[in-house]
Amino acid sequence: MTDSTTMLEELASREYEHGFVTDIEQETFPPGLDEDVVRAISAKKNEPDWLTQWRLKAFRHWQTMEEPTWPKVDYDPIDYQAISYFAAPKKLLESLDEVDPEILATYKKLGIPLDEQKALAGVAVDAVFDSVSVATTYKDKLAEEGIIFCSFSEAVQDHPDLIRKYLGSVVPHTDNFFAALNSAVFSDGSFVYIPKGVRCPMELSTYFRINAPNTGQFERTLIVADEDAHVSYLEGCTAPQRDENQLHAAVVELVALDRAKIKYSTVQNWYPGDKETGVGGIFNFVTKRGICGEESKISWTQVETGSAITWKYPSVILKGDHSVGEFYSVALTAGRQQADTGTKMVHLGKNTRSTIISKGISAGKGQNSYRGLVKVAKGADNARNFSQCDSMLIGSECGAHTFPYIEIRNPSAQMEHEATTSKIGEDQIFYCNQRGISTEDAVSMIVNGFCKEVFKELPMEFAVEAQKLLGVSLEGSVG
Amino acid sequence: MLELKNLHVAIGGNEILKGIDLKINAGEVHAIMGPNGSGKSTLASVLAGREEYEVTSGEVLFQGENLLDLDAETRAREGLFLAFQYPVEIPGVGNTYFLRTALNAIREHRGQPPLDAIDFLQLVREKADIVKLDPALLKRAVNEGFSGGEKKRNEIFHMAVLEPRLAILDETDSGLDIDALRIVSEGVNSLRSPERSFIVITHYQRLLDHIIPDSVHVLKDGRIVESGGRELALELEARGYDWLDSDPALEAAR
Ligand SMILES: Nc1ncnc2c1ncn2[C@@H]1O[C@H](COP(=O)(O)OP(=O)(O)OP(=O)(O)O)[C@@H](O)[C@H]1O
Ligand SMILES: [Mg+2]
Repeated sequence: MTDSTTMLEELASREYEHGFVTDIEQETFPPGLDEDVVRAISAKKNEPDWLTQWRLKAFRHWQTMEEPTWPKVDYDPIDYQAISYFAAPKKLLESLDEVDPEILATYKKLGIPLDEQKALAGVAVDAVFDSVSVATTYKDKLAEEGIIFCSFSEAVQDHPDLIRKYLGSVVPHTDNFFAALNSAVFSDGSFVYIPKGVRCPMELSTYFRINAPNTGQFERTLIVADEDAHVSYLEGCTAPQRDENQLHAAVVELVALDRAKIKYSTVQNWYPGDKETGVGGIFNFVTKRGICGEESKISWTQVETGSAITWKYPSVILKGDHSVGEFYSVALTAGRQQADTGTKMVHLGKNTRSTIISKGISAGKGQNSYRGLVKVAKGADNARNFSQCDSMLIGSECGAHTFPYIEIRNPSAQMEHEATTSKIGEDQIFYCNQRGISTEDAVSMIVNGFCKEVFKELPMEFAVEAQKLLGVSLEGSVG
Repeated sequence: MLELKNLHVAIGGNEILKGIDLKINAGEVHAIMGPNGSGKSTLASVLAGREEYEVTSGEVLFQGENLLDLDAETRAREGLFLAFQYPVEIPGVGNTYFLRTALNAIREHRGQPPLDAIDFLQLVREKADIVKLDPALLKRAVNEGFSGGEKKRNEIFHMAVLEPRLAILDETDSGLDIDALRIVSEGVNSLRSPERSFIVITHYQRLLDHIIPDSVHVLKDGRIVESGGRELALELEARGYDWLDSDPALEAAR
């Protein structure tokens, strides 16, 4: 057996291992949402008045909006007044030594590398516990390069000009229902600024974790790569087992100025809910968008294996001439999971290029939809897009759907679209079995083969993690 | 090595094998011939552990164990190999990677440590050479886009790497050109040993010129209606199957 398959086997034999609950004192708002709550969040975080006003504007707009019904996902209505909009560990801590040993133990269980070893591996970690950052590492090393990597709340205090300039510049508060909600009540998240000409010397990595009952999680991430700057950012998350649906509405904004490069990789592993009933899974409504200056490049890579509902379209606005947008996605739905995910590539500048590779895997009673839009504006001469949307079905009770939309206003555009649907056949499984390979390993092998083009875009350690996750998520999906 | 006692097999309520008795000792090569649809591949599939087929009665002993109690991967790990009549394509999974996963699963079952990448590659090169497998096929996905002949050759290559105790070759010769037939046969012959047995399913006596069988059986309408030495194959070539009666009652009356 190869290392990765033994690993898969071992992992496949475990239950959802991150489904434990840490007992930590929380200061949590009672459920409910009105202007006072918005103000209270802002006050709690000691925010300047302009930001309080910005939140309130978003909140007022949100109240005029309807929850979207077009996604191909099905869930009971969310009672936004039944959610608590703020939870935080009692006090903010300066260094790791001050961190509650219980939190550290939780990180250990999750395998979150906050120690020196990870530094040697070249990864800086800004760990978010619930909604407030409790630990930040390697800031000093990054600071030497002039790089800012901190929690969003810190950035509001320490770099208010940057926040004010870029917050909402890619995803305005009016963008959509969930983005508006996030803008009103966002709790925390990460902020990254890479100065002109700087190539970030390490992968920046943030782990998120929901840990308080009944608490919506509203992350806000903003990454700005100034001219000629390069950065690779990793986002991964796990969540404990809960009996109530947990709402997650994050917003991520990327700004790549002229000739900058941003690579944003995600492994998403929120609790998917009970296998049979779907109870307890996370609702994941995410707005992710980046904007490109001239000759710049934004690349999204995502591996979505968790959540009961995934609603997410990492997009790129190709504003600058010669800019490049990429979207590489693996979305897996097993059990009762539903995913409606894809991308928007908006070509505004001349000679802009975009690539879309989407791999959807459905098993159990999972429903998987690809929804993509490629838009070429009038002035976007010589825009090029390549899209490939492949679906794989495991079993006969799941579904795969593709909704590719194309809007072209410029005749010089070149579009290429490929789509396939395949099924893991009994014949293939039997062939593997006949060679001594177990069904579980056979499925992992076939699925990982199917996803190869996306995995190769991931940083090394993430690729390994992603393969593990697919194995675990498919556990028991194949008879 | 292998003993079948009055094996009855049905699919969807249709009886396909109607009482097979067969005994194969270690080191022997048995050929099974018979008309299309007589149940040869069904027999091979049942022995390999395909679940769609229902064993309605009878018994199969493999190395003294009750074969029918084992699932397909355990049978494979215990040394049973089937070269498929129609090898399946597995897109995205490299041939070499696939084979290494298979070999290490088998080794683990035998309590052997996994082969590391270097030792494995050496083994693969050596075995690929035996069946003159185009090295490019090692890098491609399992059987994907392989020609008919390449698929058959790849099956024998898998067999050479996995070194089974009992190999069932289901029409491995069909689709092979004359040179390939010789090469594949030589590959099989090089694997013949006192510990290894073969069941060779074929329509053509030509193959049996290369792989000399110890016995030849004729399967017709789900029954073994005739068994003999290699000369039986020659007789079948000359006379066809019509002279053999599939109904034992008629046969007895004759
Ligand atoms: N899955 C199945 N469903 C229904 N009938 C089947 C199935 N598999 C086999 N059969 C039937 O069983 C009979 C025996 O088939 P089998 O493939 O074993 O024949 P064979 O002797 O290998 O023929 P050939 O020489 O053409 O390869 C055929 O009539 C076939 O249609
Ligand atoms: Mg056949």
